[in-house]
Amino acid sequence: MQIYADNAATTKMSDAAIEAMTDCMRNWYGNPSSLYTIGQKAKEKLEEAREEIAKVINAEPREIIFTSGGSESDNQALLTAAIDGKSKGKKHIISSAFEHHAILHTLNKLEKNGFEITLLPVHENGIIRLDELEAAIREDTCLVTIMTANNEIGTIQPISEIGAICKKHGVVFHTDAVQAVGHLPIDVKAQNIDMLSASAHKFHGPKGTGFLYVRKGIIPKNLIEGGAQERGKRAGTENLPGIMAMSAALKEAVAGMEHNNDHMSEIRDYLISGLSEIPHSALNGDAKQRLAGNVNFSFEGIEGEGILLLLDQRGISASSGSACTSGALDPSHVLLAIGRIHDVAHGSLRLSVGEDITKKEADYIITSVKEVVAHLRSFSPVWRDLTDGKKEFILQ
Amino acid sequence: MALYSDKVMDHFLQPRNLGVIENADGIGEVGNAKCGDIMKMYLKIDDDTITDVKFETFGCASAIASSSMATELIKGQRVEDALKLTNKAVAEALDGLPAYKMHCSVLAEEAIRAALEDYKKKKSEKE
Repeated sequence: MQIYADNAATTKMSDAAIEAMTDCMRNWYGNPSSLYTIGQKAKEKLEEAREEIAKVINAEPREIIFTSGGSESDNQALLTAAIDGKSKGKKHIISSAFEHHAILHTLNKLEKNGFEITLLPVHENGIIRLDELEAAIREDTCLVTIMTANNEIGTIQPISEIGAICKKHGVVFHTDAVQAVGHLPIDVKAQNIDMLSASAHKFHGPKGTGFLYVRKGIIPKNLIEGGAQERGKRAGTENLPGIMAMSAALKEAVAGMEHNNDHMSEIRDYLISGLSEIPHSALNGDAKQRLAGNVNFSFEGIEGEGILLLLDQRGISASSGSACTSGALDPSHVLLAIGRIHDVAHGSLRLSVGEDITKKEADYIITSVKEVVAHLRSFSPVWRDLTDGKKEFILQ
Repeated sequence: MALYSDKVMDHFLQPRNLGVIENADGIGEVGNAKCGDIMKMYLKIDDDTITDVKFETFGCASAIASSSMATELIKGQRVEDALKLTNKAVAEALDGLPAYKMHCSVLAEEAIRAALEDYKKKKSEKE
C-alpha cells in the first residue's frame, strides 16, 4: 500500500492544474508585457487567473501580487509593513512563537535592524490568546503577523477576531495562510486581513508559485526590482504556467472544500483515536481546532527519524519534528512552543492526509505506526529506563 | 540519491546484536535524550576478549546503524584492539554517513570506549 500522508509538505498537482499548465506552455507562451496579440493573449490569461484567485478570498484583482511562493510572500509582507512602520516611527511587531521560519527568520533580521519583536505564546493547545494579543499592542506597533493555520500541528488561529482587534487599534494585520488557502474559507474583507500569503503547491498547484494579497491603501515594497510587472511591485516575467495552474488548482480546491473537509476530519479523528491507544503518546495541538487533514503525535522513548524511515518501508510518507530529520540540533520550534520538552519533541510524527484518504488506509496507518513505535521502543534505552521506573514518564 | 547508503539501511532495518547482556562485564552509556541520541553498550568479556556484545539505542537511523556496525566490528576482538576503534572506521564500514550524521559514529565509538573503560575499572577493582 502506498499512502502519501505529507500534504502539509507539498501536494500532488491536480489534473486540472497540470492541464492548465500544459495548456499555457503550448498555447499561451507569449510574454504578457508584449503588445502583439500573442503577448496580449497571455496577459488576458494572467488577469483571468488574478480575478479567479482574488474572488476566492474576496479581494480585488489589483490586490493580488503573484510571487514565487509562501516564503517570498511572507518576506514581502513583513518588509512592506516594516518600511511603512519605520516611516511613522513605529518599530514594534507582534507575531507568534510558532510561525513558519519564513516569518521568524525575517523577524530576526528586522530585530537586528532596530525593530522590537513580541512573540505571543501559543500555549499547550497551539492557539494564541486574544487578550494576550490585545495586551501586547502598543502605540508603536506597526504589524501583527499570525499564521492562519500552523504547518506542523495544524492548529487554526482565531483570524476574524485577530483582524477585528487589529482594526480596532489601527494595526496592520498579515497572516501567513499558506496551509489554509484552499483548505479553509477565507474572506479578507470580513476578516479584516490587510495582507495574506499563499502558496500553490499546498493546494494541488505547482511549486514555485504563490501570491501575496495586499489591501488597497497599503503600498507593497519590492523585494525584486526590475521591470514593471505586477504593477511595479514584483519584477520579473510572470510565471504564467504556474499562475494558470495555481488558479485552476485553487478553483477546484475551493469547490470541493466543504465536502473534503467533512471527509478528512472524520478520518483525522479516526486516526487520532487509533493512535491514542499507543501508551505514553500525546496528540500535539488542539484536537478540534485544527486542519482537517492534520494529525501530529509525540511518542515517548523514541526518535522521529526512525519512525519515518520504517513507515516509508511500509509505503507511508510522513514527517517529523525531530532534530535528526532536519539536520538541526533542536527539535521543532513548534513543538517546543506548545511546551513539549526536547525528549518528547524528538519522537514526533506528523501525518497530513489528502482528500482521497480512505478508512482502510487509515487502519493501515494506525497498525503500521503501532508496530513501528513498539519496535523502536523495544531497543530504546530511554524506554527501558521509563518502564523500569528509573525515569518518570512525561506523557501519561 | 538516497539519504543513506544501503549498508546503513541494512543495519537500521536489521540491527545486529540488539538487546542487553545480563551481568555484563562492561556497560557504557553515552549521549542524552535532549539531543536525541543515547547509546548503551553491553560487553561480555572472557580473558580480555570480547565474546559477546549487545546494544540499545535511542536515536535516528544512522545512530542505530552506527551502534549495530560498531558492535560487529569489535565482536571477538581483544580489549586493547577494540579500544582502537574509531568513528571513521564505523562510518567507513557503513559506506559513509551524511556529514551532519557523523556525530552518530562518534557516539558509537564513545559508547564502545565507555563500556571497555567500565570493564577495565571493574577488573582493576576485582584485582
